[in-house]
Amino acid sequence: MAGETAMVRFYLMGKPHDVPKGLTIQKAMEYAGFRLLRGCGCRGGFCGACGTVYRTANDYRLKVGLACQTVVEDQMYLALIPFFPAVKAAYRVEDLPPTAESLIGLYPEILRCVGCNTCRKVCPQQIEVMRYIAAAQRGDIAKVADLSFDCLMCGLCASRCPAEIVQYNVAILARRLYARHLARPAAHLEARVAEIEAGACEADLDAMVAASEADLRRLYAAREIEPEEL
Amino acid sequence: MRIPYFPGCTLHSKARNFDASARAAALALDIVMEELPEWTCCGAAFPMAADSAMGLVAPTRILASAKEAGKLLTLCSFCYNTLKRTNRVLTTDAERRRKVTTFIEEEYEGTVRTVHLLEVLRDEVGFEALAKRVTKRLDGLKLAPYYGCLLLRPADEMEFDDPERPSILENFLESLGCQVVDFPHKTECCGSFVAVSSPETAAACSARILETATKCGAEMLVVSCPLCQYNLDRAQRAVPVGRTRARQVPVVYFTQLLALALGCDEACLHFDVHAVDPRPRLSAWLDRKSGATVTA
Repeated sequence: MAGETAMVRFYLMGKPHDVPKGLTIQKAMEYAGFRLLRGCGCRGGFCGACGTVYRTANDYRLKVGLACQTVVEDQMYLALIPFFPAVKAAYRVEDLPPTAESLIGLYPEILRCVGCNTCRKVCPQQIEVMRYIAAAQRGDIAKVADLSFDCLMCGLCASRCPAEIVQYNVAILARRLYARHLARPAAHLEARVAEIEAGACEADLDAMVAASEADLRRLYAAREIEPEEL
Repeated sequence: MRIPYFPGCTLHSKARNFDASARAAALALDIVMEELPEWTCCGAAFPMAADSAMGLVAPTRILASAKEAGKLLTLCSFCYNTLKRTNRVLTTDAERRRKVTTFIEEEYEGTVRTVHLLEVLRDEVGFEALAKRVTKRLDGLKLAPYYGCLLLRPADEMEFDDPERPSILENFLESLGCQVVDFPHKTECCGSFVAVSSPETAAACSARILETATKCGAEMLVVSCPLCQYNLDRAQRAVPVGRTRARQVPVVYFTQLLALALGCDEACLHFDVHAVDPRPRLSAWLDRKSGATVTA
């Protein structure tokens, strides 16, 4: 059986590993014997914990991907970047006006952008990173929030930026400013929060807290899953 | 007429009065300034290092995005200077053009001509034709045109006007009916971005310009650069109030005057963002004008 499976050889931080063809990088690492404690989160391409940089044979270009989404290739050289030591500003979003000055004051590096677009090329989500930094420079908070919405905060943009901008932290600041100061409040959300604060869920919660593990398991298995709206 | 338009960061933020008045005035002349769908900062300063191409990347991408029209309109002197000089490098230095276009993964042969709105008014509308379209002539308003540096220099690269004795702003103002005040410092530096590292130095440069213009009888200064406007306007806020309050002189964009003269909605003027509000001067001039009509 093993002889029939096509194998590929990838190099993790320089060390070769032979794994069956068709695995994701993440599964390939586990096949090779690694237990993933860092650089692994949702396994579904949403959390951004498994940003990976790699090169393939005969190509000078650095490529990137999420380890849980990218299929391992023969002669792939890779390293995980589970964490990027980026500048992260502290602020109270309530007290910060949604202006260019707020963004530039906390992250002055954004003005150093040279427009090289490397951030866009490196983004595993294909987000228009350079464009949202341009929007940030001119204080267009709504545009930054919109363009950056799919950001997983994997940090690969910052790892490649020649101007040392921390794009993803700028973007989340803009999304917070947008949500706090610019977005119209959602009336149905406010109504629901009021219902919950008035105790709408208390009885159900108390019942769950009091339930035995067996009952909880039964409840979980029998739970109603709301159909997705089409 | 439709022209692709690159506003630049400042016209999207601090200098909205420049942007809004220009768009409104252009529209009154049947010129639609079509903002590029996507754009970044041009870099603001033209990169002088001959052995580096990095600073050319952003302006090249901006120019390339207008290649279908072959023409790109801009207003800010910094943007105009950077885009025009970058394009010159791209047309004269094949090696650097190859390097930059390979990097941005776009083909661009340097075919886009960067034009300033003043050039469009002179060459495509024509100052004589413009004079005929003016609905509210600014007769007798004494204005000193101020050019600054980047619109004119380096002259052989900008090919905009005579660097020592320019006349485009004068001719423009005359077409609106204004009384042009000539003064010796109209092509001197306002202090430019020295305002960041040494505000006093920049304020001193600006003060000298303001002083000579006022001595020559100017009621307002007319500019075409957001940084000149900022320095000249703000310099007056910095000087001790008692000494100069009486001599404060508004600094306006040429597009604000054009919008006024073409009878555009005054909402596009945004005079409220000026440090020295031009409105009292304008109403004094209006009073004088109506008084003169009555006595005549």
